[in-house]
Formats: sequence, structure tokens, C-alpha cells
Amino acid sequence: MQNDNRPINVNPSDLLAFAWPITALTSITHRVSGVILFAGIAFGLYALEKSLASEEGFEAIRGIMNSPFGMFVTWALLSALAYHFVAGIKHLVMDFGFGETIESSRLASITTILVSAVLILLAGIWVIQG
Amino acid sequence: MITQVTSFSRNGMSDWIVQRVSAYILATYTVLLVGIMLLQGEITYSSWQALFSQTWMQVMTLLTILATCAHAWIGMWTIGTDYIREHYFGAGADGIRLVYQVGCVLLLVVYVIWTVKILWGNG
Repeated sequence: MQNDNRPINVNPSDLLAFAWPITALTSITHRVSGVILFAGIAFGLYALEKSLASEEGFEAIRGIMNSPFGMFVTWALLSALAYHFVAGIKHLVMDFGFGETIESSRLASITTILVSAVLILLAGIWVIQG
Repeated sequence: MITQVTSFSRNGMSDWIVQRVSAYILATYTVLLVGIMLLQGEITYSSWQALFSQTWMQVMTLLTILATCAHAWIGMWTIGTDYIREHYFGAGADGIRLVYQVGCVLLLVVYVIWTVKILWGNG
């Protein structure tokens, strides 16, 4: 521990000074979306409980999900799910040995972003259409 | 082999497998539920309730929430040990991380009990 050249931890304020390769961005977004989903399950279970409890509860949840704020929360959670799903599939594909070079992992990251962007857009249409 | 007393299964290889198996379960349920909702078109209270009163759907839902427990614990544990460290949180980092980890576990236990209550509780 006396070696001054030892790698040290960075401060959060240094993060902006980093180059953020696309693979790093897709990785941190995978983490962030996972944390959002971890908390978001509570919303899902609340909605499931109310919607199954009674006809009134079902209509109440439908009403909440059709309000502007409710639509936004639903869409945000679906977006986190879509991204986490796609980025997770990327990991499963990588388990089979694909995408392990710099170029192919960049391509995999770009694919993750494009596919999840399409799904997030579709989720938005789905939410708006009720 | 590196062991970690606070990881889900006390070794990284096992964590990795659990993360994959649970991921497949979660992905399957996601596709299943979204697929049903899209194919069904207009969802009514009776069709919604009929879906969740079927045994296979109840089993799939419980299996999914249990997979969520394993999956989220490994993920949240990894994030906690990556960021809640002395360098960022000072001398109390170990205590903060312990509280964070206990909080994660408690929330997951609540999710499981809640799910069981939703599926098999008396309305």
C-alpha cells in the first residue's frame, strides 16, 4: 500500500472528465434501469393487487394509467424494462462468445441502443393508446 | 476461488449461473405477459381476473417474483459493493452498506409476501 502509483478510486466529480465509450454508457444504463425496476416492482404489484381486487379497483388503476402522470410513470417503467431486457439479452448472447472484441462489443452496444429505442417508442405508443 | 460471505451464494460462479437462470425466467414472463396483453386487445376486469386465477399463471407469477429476488439481490449487491465503499462514504461505509443490503432483502421479502397475498389471498 506504499506504492503511490497504485490505481486509486475516482471521485464522482471526475466522472465527466472521462471518455465514456458507448460500451460504458450501455453498461451503466443497464445498472440504472435495474435499480429503477427494483423499485418499480412496487408500482407493478400495487397495480396488480388493485386491478384484481375488484371491478372498481380495476377501473381505478385504468384511470391512473390513463392520466398524464400515470402514463408517464408507466412508460418510464416500461422503458426501463425494455432497456434492461435488451441489454440483458446482449449479455446472454455474449455468454456464447459473441461480442467479446472491442469492435463487436461496440456493435452490440449500438444494437442494444437501437433495439431498445424502438421498443421504448412502441411502449410510448402502447401507453398512449391505452 | 474467491469467496464473498455476503454474496448471494458465497461464490461468484454460482452467482453468475443464478443471474442467468433467473434472467431467462424473467425474460420469459415479460414476453408472456406483454404478449397476452397485446394479443388480447381490450382487457376487461373479467378477462384480467380469469388470467390470474389460472394455476399456470399463478405459478409463473410466483416463479417470476422468486427469480426477481435472486436476480435483484445479485444486482443490488454488486452495485452496493461497487459504490458504497470507504472512498466515497468515509469510515461508516461498511455500516451504510449493511443497512442498504438489509433494506434490499427486506423489500424483496415484502415483494414475495405481497405477491402471494395478491395471488391467493381472499380478495
